[in-house]
Amino acid sequence: MSSVATTQIKLTPERTRPRVSVRSRLQDALPKLVLAPSFAITIVFVYGFILWTVYLSFTNSKTFPSYVITGSRAYQRLWRWTFDTDPPSSWYTSITNMGIFGFLYIFICLALGLFLAILLDQKIRGEGALRPIYLYPMALSFIVTGVAWKWFLDPGLGLEQTLHQWGWTSFHFDWIKNKDFVIYTVVIAGVWQASGFIMAMFLAGLRGIDGEIMKAAQIDGATTFQLYRRIVIPLLRPIFLSAFIVLAHLAIKSYDLVVALTSGGPGGSAWLPSNFMYEYTFKRNEMAVGSASAVIMLMTIVAIIVPYLYSELREKPR
Amino acid sequence: MSAVATSTRQAPGGMNVKLANRIVIYGLLALFAVFYLMPLFVMLVTSFKTMDEIQNGNMLALPRAPTFEPWLKAWGETCVGLTCAGIKGYFWNSIKMVVPAVLISTMLGALNGYVLTKWRFRGATLVFGLMLFACFIPFQSVLLPMATILGSLGRFGVTLQNTFGTSFGLGNPTVNLVFVHVVYGIGFTTLFFRNYYEAFPTELVKAAQVDGASFFQIFRRIMLPNSLPIIVVTVIYQFTNIWNDFLFASAYAGTGDAMPMTVALNNVVNTSTGVVEYNVNMAAAMIAALPTLLVYVLAGRYFVRGLMAGAVKG
Amino acid sequence: MAFLEIDGLRKRFGQVEILKGIDLDLEKGGFLVLVGPSGCGKSTLLNTIAGLETITAGEIRVDGRTINDLHPSKRDIAMVFQSYALYPNMTVAGNISFGMEMRGVPAAERQKAIDKVAKVLQIGHLLQRKPSQLSGGQRQRVAMGRALVRDPKLFLFDEPLSNLDAKLRVDMRIEIKRLHATTGTTIVYVTHDQIEAMTLATKIAVMRDGEVQQFGTPAEIYNNPSNLFVADFMGSPAMNLIPATIGAEGNALSVVLQREAREPISLPMANAPAGLSAFQGKPIIFGVRPEALTDPEGAERNASNIATADCHIEVVEPAGSDTFAVTNLGGKGVVARLRADANIQPGTNTPLAFNLTKAVFFDPATETRIR
Repeated sequence: MSSVATTQIKLTPERTRPRVSVRSRLQDALPKLVLAPSFAITIVFVYGFILWTVYLSFTNSKTFPSYVITGSRAYQRLWRWTFDTDPPSSWYTSITNMGIFGFLYIFICLALGLFLAILLDQKIRGEGALRPIYLYPMALSFIVTGVAWKWFLDPGLGLEQTLHQWGWTSFHFDWIKNKDFVIYTVVIAGVWQASGFIMAMFLAGLRGIDGEIMKAAQIDGATTFQLYRRIVIPLLRPIFLSAFIVLAHLAIKSYDLVVALTSGGPGGSAWLPSNFMYEYTFKRNEMAVGSASAVIMLMTIVAIIVPYLYSELREKPR
Repeated sequence: MSAVATSTRQAPGGMNVKLANRIVIYGLLALFAVFYLMPLFVMLVTSFKTMDEIQNGNMLALPRAPTFEPWLKAWGETCVGLTCAGIKGYFWNSIKMVVPAVLISTMLGALNGYVLTKWRFRGATLVFGLMLFACFIPFQSVLLPMATILGSLGRFGVTLQNTFGTSFGLGNPTVNLVFVHVVYGIGFTTLFFRNYYEAFPTELVKAAQVDGASFFQIFRRIMLPNSLPIIVVTVIYQFTNIWNDFLFASAYAGTGDAMPMTVALNNVVNTSTGVVEYNVNMAAAMIAALPTLLVYVLAGRYFVRGLMAGAVKG
Repeated sequence: MAFLEIDGLRKRFGQVEILKGIDLDLEKGGFLVLVGPSGCGKSTLLNTIAGLETITAGEIRVDGRTINDLHPSKRDIAMVFQSYALYPNMTVAGNISFGMEMRGVPAAERQKAIDKVAKVLQIGHLLQRKPSQLSGGQRQRVAMGRALVRDPKLFLFDEPLSNLDAKLRVDMRIEIKRLHATTGTTIVYVTHDQIEAMTLATKIAVMRDGEVQQFGTPAEIYNNPSNLFVADFMGSPAMNLIPATIGAEGNALSVVLQREAREPISLPMANAPAGLSAFQGKPIIFGVRPEALTDPEGAERNASNIATADCHIEVVEPAGSDTFAVTNLGGKGVVARLRADANIQPGTNTPLAFNLTKAVFFDPATETRIR
């Protein structure tokens, strides 16, 4: 061996029992030092700020933050508004809209995404061209999506007018101007944007299924429909979960879309809690109420995300 | 998986059933393609039409005499609020905000992922969990404190400006937005790199340690050169997210010359003064959409991978 | 004083103790193989020697110098990894010289060293390639080259052959043995393959659950296993370990083996180990290697203590060089190794010769050897 590399610099041992030097201790701490700034930033600007927001929600902050604790007044008001239906309070509108939007958006995206993924998985010629067409809306901002759909759904300019020109003069579609239906236009635009991505998730899941399971099921005499219902869809369970998480958190964060598509809708009828928070905090000078609504949004997310993250990150036995 | 459909049972007359099936499948797929393409198509054709043609013509008709006028006007003349100098300035605002924010958050994410996978320490999972959760919070819950802090920093910047002649970027809305996007982006970038490095062979790091490479040498010489795919994914994901952001942009740079593109576009479209120029609006929307669309067209594969990585962790 | 000394080494991950007090030593130029099933701690032990993992207690000395707290690069070791761990972004030459580069060796000297190693390992034509363009065997060579070029005091191999196909594995095994013979380096080698352990080692440490079960030369380990685990683990096909009882025949002890639906076999022993008399009438585990259980014509001529008994042959496996026959004794399938041309049919009763000189006995309660 010594013939191989006589040019080596040998590290001759100076001491038989070297002390752990300051430098090597620094070396040991280096990884943590590198991670520390990011972690500190997260602690301060995420968790610290959340606490700050919680604090503000218990104060009498109006236009400017006040640090005088006045108790749960903001929450009490939100609670009262929750049942204010005549006329509906903005908060009532926001949370019912959240319910409608959240349910339909998640449900339709999942159903449509799965449906399209299954269709695309049938050895489709031109799959490579179709996939990007379904998916591109995800690359657009909610603002652009909102602008595009606002135009498309405008009764005087968009779909309605086009169909009138084509001779279907009885066609009537003015949801975007109708306070009872405007939230459904947000659903349409939201689904348009996200369903392609959900499709891609399901498609990846379908492609990941072991082909031999399929063959076995076919030999067992399963029809295509049975194959999907009994074998494939149950195997896609983890994808459903991931997709649900993605959609739920997109839904609760949705703010831009409502602004760009409806500008809040007639009389704020398209508001979601995120819009409520923004409006009350920055426009209506009700900072405490805005903070309280933000806390409620956060709690909703926590209830969904924390169990999910916990199960994902639990130390797996090695 | 794809083999499934082809071997559906061949009943008598199976060929016809099969053909009918295929027609239905292709028909549905085409229908949905129309659904997804329609808004983009309408935006695009409208942006090349004259106002006259828009008011009297069909939304779906191709422009009779395509004109670049709306694009030029959107870029250089249209009114955003009270300033009528087009959206070009805001476009550059967005660029100036996106580039540093993406670079910084990606770099931090790479370092964090490296530490969290290759230099594991007690509590690493908890640290990661806390950073990861930050990806999911509704930003409304931090919006106000951040506004307060940025306001204070801005005032401090003014003091610095008066004392030293430079504010060191404090109070500059673009700098503020870069900071905000880095802070709330490192959760995602860390997630991407952690998951990638988790699968990265630890033996390479051990071999490099035996070879005498230091913490940073291993990162620079071994990890980074082998991270190109995840770097591309992260950069694209961050670019798209930050470019498309509206909430932070409107909260911290919602007025004045520093507005990013999304806010400016919203102002253009919702402006109530004068005649609404739909063709200019659509052109402006197209300009706002182009960078991310371009990235999507050029690197769609990585775009999808990024979205998936953000959704499914390991 | 031995070249490599490991004293009372302990390693704990949280509550779990991975290494429970390891004591080993190896002479200069020796070849120590750490062998054991997966999870036995052998790779952890190697990593602690390399300095890639810290130790909880104990001491590691190389050439008289304690290296417990030294950084891996300061320990004067080289390591070959299971996956080869070649840096995918560097050429073969870059891989081999990376360590030197890190230590600031000038480029010209690096080149000289690369050329020497390339010559020894015959990889000169591969130097400008990337690892992804190499075959498994070539990667293995490059990984060894990266270790060789350092000219270290101690070579560490972590299951280096487990990713190769069967034929290549044999070739590389011979190559490693040749390298060791020609260069005389000191090697610590981890494997779960007991054939590698037997063929390569000058010393073997058989490990289980963080403890060394037995430490000795290959012959000691093979012929004199100190407990049931070592007996079972080393050797292929594995040693027959048959539940039996100790009886007496005249003055001598005998091994009594139960058979299915027939009277038991009693094998008289001429010189039983002294400890065995205490087990008279009690159950023991009777261990006999397949090669010590054969057809009477094939039995070792000069063995002093051979007993023959009729056995019911259940399965016959002609393996080319040998024929293996399976019979049932003490409720277990027992493998006998016969000459290739032995005339033996399944379903017949055939006399088999037990070479009791080579037999070993274990206490079923403690699993230790009865001597």
